[in-house]
This record gives sequence, structure tokens and C-alpha cells, in this order.
Amino acid sequence: MGATRPGTEENVMEYLFLITVDESQMPARDTATPDSGSDGMAAWLAYNQRLIDGGHWIAGASLHPSESTTTVTVVNGAPTGTTDGPYTETKEQIGGFYLVKAADLDEALGLAGAIPAPYSVVEVRPVLFRADA
Amino acid sequence: VTDPDPADAVTRLAREEGGRVTAILAARFGDLDLADESVQEALVEAVATWPDRGVPDNAAGWLLTVARNKALDRLRRTTSAARRTRALAPDLLERDRPADERGLLMADDTVADEHLRLVLLCCHPALNRDAQVALTLRLVGGLTTREIAAAYLVPEPTITQRIVRAKRKIRTAGIPLAVPAALDERVDALLQVLYLVFNEGYLSRGTDAVTRVDLADEAIRLTRVARSLLPESAEVAGLLALELFQRSRFATRVDDHGALVRLEEQDRRLWDADQVGEGNAVLAEAMAMLRPGPYQLQAVIAAEHANARTAADTDWPTIATAYAQLAAITGSAVVRLNQAVAVGMADGPLAGLALLDGVEGLDDYHLLHAAYGDLRARAGRPDQARASFERALALTDNHAEQGLLRRRIAGL
Repeated sequence: MGATRPGTEENVMEYLFLITVDESQMPARDTATPDSGSDGMAAWLAYNQRLIDGGHWIAGASLHPSESTTTVTVVNGAPTGTTDGPYTETKEQIGGFYLVKAADLDEALGLAGAIPAPYSVVEVRPVLFRADA
Repeated sequence: VTDPDPADAVTRLAREEGGRVTAILAARFGDLDLADESVQEALVEAVATWPDRGVPDNAAGWLLTVARNKALDRLRRTTSAARRTRALAPDLLERDRPADERGLLMADDTVADEHLRLVLLCCHPALNRDAQVALTLRLVGGLTTREIAAAYLVPEPTITQRIVRAKRKIRTAGIPLAVPAALDERVDALLQVLYLVFNEGYLSRGTDAVTRVDLADEAIRLTRVARSLLPESAEVAGLLALELFQRSRFATRVDDHGALVRLEEQDRRLWDADQVGEGNAVLAEAMAMLRPGPYQLQAVIAAEHANARTAADTDWPTIATAYAQLAAITGSAVVRLNQAVAVGMADGPLAGLALLDGVEGLDDYHLLHAAYGDLRARAGRPDQARASFERALALTDNHAEQGLLRRRIAGL
């Protein structure tokens, strides 16, 4: 018994997975090309392949730690300030994201729950509009 | 045309058929909001026209036909291409085809499946618990937002907003009308919602009204619906039995002055024998499935009380065993508290006190101190008992419970 939502192209949803991690628990990452031989990286590569094979992949990226963030504030359409660091100084910061296609929220939640980060919080947000879609 | 009171007939129609008709339209149109709004609009039309025209013989068929036509009207008015596309289901574009309505509302596997999907959708984990409760009462239970608001003593716009937001999230986040892969988890959420509604009717804290019969009865009605849709679930049957046993005692839970009456002081002749009998039968069917669970264990405990002819006849060792199993499953401190009370009855107050000392995290819970008070009184320690009852008194704002505690103190 599947979803009643017809599986037409028109009804495919898009979701952003915002992956929040506790940076104090993260191993240092300073290489631009991750070591594909490590167990952790193999899991991420397998996960990416799963998204691609299932027709879910749109985009995805792992980000430098939040200390590398520069925050620009815009007021009334004009930049008013540039600050060093993320918008909120908390231990939990966005570590990466995926943009995926899924039939519905249940499928998206299943994909998000399979993300191979051992400890992470994944926010699943439906995409309202995407200019290049 | 029959001659019942039209207003009552509309309320009954909403309760009995609103959920099923909403489920059918939501599945066929692929649009829950459209289905709900159309059913509501049809019910408004019934309120307006039935007093003059009379109540139709087949009110359920009338509701499905009129709500479907309202949905088609909405689709024709809307500029949303997506909605028009979904409406291309050919069986829906033909108006004036009432012949199949009777069949649609009969016990039909497709309709039962659509109904189940709606019931499960309302308890999707992407919706918060308040939203799950409001959606279940409105979409499955056929209650109006005004009725829900009155039952929960909150302003009507609060419930309206809750339902609007939940329906918006269902649409924007793409929550599907589907039977989930993890069915047991969803059924568990459904049972939590139904029991929450039942308990809201059973005991409302902070007000003088001890029981609000309507929500408890609505919960029982909805649990019956869940049981008909999930006949293989032992826990759904367990919850229904539990609710029936608790409901059977409504007449004796408070005295003429609104004060709570303890179980052992209630007049058991006034317990509803039909509800106890049905509870026994439903619990037996649940336990024959050999899939035990927390609702069945709670029903076992409630059954022991309901079937004891006098308080002295209560089988406390069986109750204590059921609480021990329940504590092992749930790990709940409140269950351990109740286990200590039962052991105190089965093996004496000192055994109960020993278990109570091991209960953690309930220091601000009035019933922990009430239990201490009772066990200490029975252990011949009136001064300690008084201190415990007074602590309990300070921790509850329910007048009925306060009255009970004052009487316990006076009786020391």
C-alpha cells in the first residue's frame, strides 16, 4: 500500500537536508580532498551513490567548519555589516547539506535517517521554489 | 424522509460519517484540505436546508454526494493548475451519479484502506502532538473546531489555527496519505493520541469539572473505529478495553459535592456492568492474540478492579505483577509508583514503602506524596503521613483531589 499521491513528475517534491553537527565532537578536517579509503568516507560515498542511483540527487556538499564563516547582514536591501563567524555562536553548526528529490515526506525522512554521520541532527525542509529547477 | 431533529442528525452524521467521507475524498482528489473544506461546507448546507427539506433517508450518501460536488465546485473556481490536474480522475468529474454512494459507504476494502490512511496521517510524527489530537478529532472524529475548543477550554481560534497550520504542513511538507512502512510506531502514536483524548475527558486538572464525558466517549468511539480498521492489533483492543473499564466508573468517581471518591469507597453497584462486560470480552480477544503490550497490561489492571465485587476482593498480587511487567516495558516512574501502591496492598505497607523509596524523579508529583501518606498511615506513622498528605495538597490545584487529601488528613 503506497502513497496515493500519483508518481508523476509534477508531484515529485524537493527537500533540503540541513545537517547540523556538534563541531566540538568533529575530527579536524583540513584537506580539500578527503581520504576516500577511510571507513567514514566510504560510507558517505555509498550514501551519495544511493541518492544518485535512486534518482534523488540534486546537490550536496560538506562544509568547512563554522569558524570559516563570514556573515553579511542586509537591511533594506543594502549590506550593513560583515562579521567574522556564524550568525549564532553555538556548538551545533551546519556541517553540510543535500538537496534531494523524493515522492513525499516519508521517503525524504527515510533518506535523511540514512545519513552516515554517527551523531547529527538533520532538518528536512520542503523546497518552495527553485529557479534552476 | 424521516423525522429526527435536524441539528442532532447533522451532528450525528458528522461524527459517524465525516471521517470516512473526508478520507474517500482526500484519497480520490489527492488533496486533504480540499476534502475537509468540502465536507465542512456540505455539513453547513445540511444545517441550513434539513430543517425545511427534512433529513435525507441516506444521510451518508447525501454527505458524500454533496461534499464531492462542493469539491468539484472548488476545483472549477480555483486557478491552481495542480488542483485541476488532480481532479482529472474521471469518476469524480461526473456529477449526479448517486448510484454508487451507498456502495461506497458500505464495508468496502478500498474505503476502509482510505479511512485507515487518514487516521494514520493525523498521527504522523512530522506533526506535533497537539496538532495530531486536533486533526484526529476534527478529520476522523467529525468534531467542529468549536466543540474541540470547548472540550479543551481554549479559545476557538487556537484550535482553528492549529488545524490550519497542520493542514498547511501536510501540504507543503508532502506528508503522504499512506500506510507507513513502520506501521507499529504509527499505531502507537495513534493510541497515544486516543488515550490522551480519553484522559482529557477522564480527569481535567486545574478545573472543578472532574469528568467531561464527551471527550472520553469520543475517544472510545474513535478507538472503536481504529479497532475496526486495525483488527489484528492487540494493543488497539487493549486500549479499548482499558477505556471501557475506566468509563464504567464515571458515575461513582465524584460524590454529590464534586469531591473525588477513592476506588475502594466507590459504590460498585453503580459501575456500568455493560461496559465492564464489553471490556472483559475485548480484553480477552486482545490477549488471545498473544502479543502483550502496555495498553493490555493497563487493561488487565483495570479489569481486576472492575471485576472485584468489593474492594477487599481485589486481586492485588495480580495487579502488582501487571505493574511490574508494565514498569519493565515502559521504565516509567509513575508506573513504579503505582507498582509500589499495589505491592503495599498485596504485601503490606512496609513492602510498598520500600519500593516507593526507589522511585526517582517524582518529588513534585502530588500522587507520590499521597501514596507515601497512605502507606505511612497504614504502617502506623500518622505524623509522617500527615506531612506527606500536606505536601501532596500543596502540589495539586484540582479541587476534587484537594478535598480528598483534606479528608485523609482529618481521618489520621
